[in-house]
Amino acid sequence: MPPLSALVFLGLAALTLGSAGVVAFSRNIIHSALALLGTFLGIAGLYVTLSADFLAATQVLVYVGGTLTLILFAVMLTSRIEDMKVSNPQAGLAAAFGLVTVVLLVLGKVATQTPWPGEAKPAIPSTAKLGHAFLGEYLLPFEIGSIVLLAAMIGSVVLARRAVKRSWEKG
Amino acid sequence: MEIGLVHYLTVAAVLFGLGLLTVMTRKNAVGILLGVELILNAAALNFVAFEHFVAGGVSGQVFTVFIIVLAASEAAIALAIVLQVYRSYRSIMADRLTSLKN
Repeated sequence: MPPLSALVFLGLAALTLGSAGVVAFSRNIIHSALALLGTFLGIAGLYVTLSADFLAATQVLVYVGGTLTLILFAVMLTSRIEDMKVSNPQAGLAAAFGLVTVVLLVLGKVATQTPWPGEAKPAIPSTAKLGHAFLGEYLLPFEIGSIVLLAAMIGSVVLARRAVKRSWEKG
Repeated sequence: MEIGLVHYLTVAAVLFGLGLLTVMTRKNAVGILLGVELILNAAALNFVAFEHFVAGGVSGQVFTVFIIVLAASEAAIALAIVLQVYRSYRSIMADRLTSLKN
């Protein structure tokens, strides 16, 4: 009987990778987008086991609440619902599989041959330390990040709107 | 069975591979974006795992927060572009957007 932490890790890894497999191989773009939910939730759970509790909450809030909703909106707005079966075609499977195999071989070789300090550590909360880091050492990147978000928000509004001329603009 | 760094690296590597596969095989622009999200999540998971097992401190989590910020803005901008492409071409299949060919 493996310890509980190993069981939790295996369950979360299975959830993450299984959902990612559905994202990669589903023929239906809506199934792919919804399976991304499982991947995000599994990664949030893995963050908890890595003592990154703030990141787990942020992952759920931002990805599930924001990005995934946005992606589902885009799917609904750009697909004709009646031909949903052919809305997610695939191409170049052989080349893709070749490249992915090479990448995984290289990554696996590096990960297994490097002598990592491998002892398991207990998961302890780290939100307070993260807050101090953001308001101290990383203050400038933090503020630049907020400016990037503001610029992205304005940019996406400008890009996504329709150019509508009001009647009082024409004269 | 002791869960160590290698296990997290394995999960992240397989996640990255699946994301790369998605990006390379999808023709639907939204599908390509799904693959990019998978790749970004794999990188973020690696940052947190290295911080927890090797580096200590919170700098890995700081980088992951920036990854989440950039992924959110990337998704917003890219989906706005996808909407405009759909309005112009009535299709978001990447192989049909060939106006610049020839």
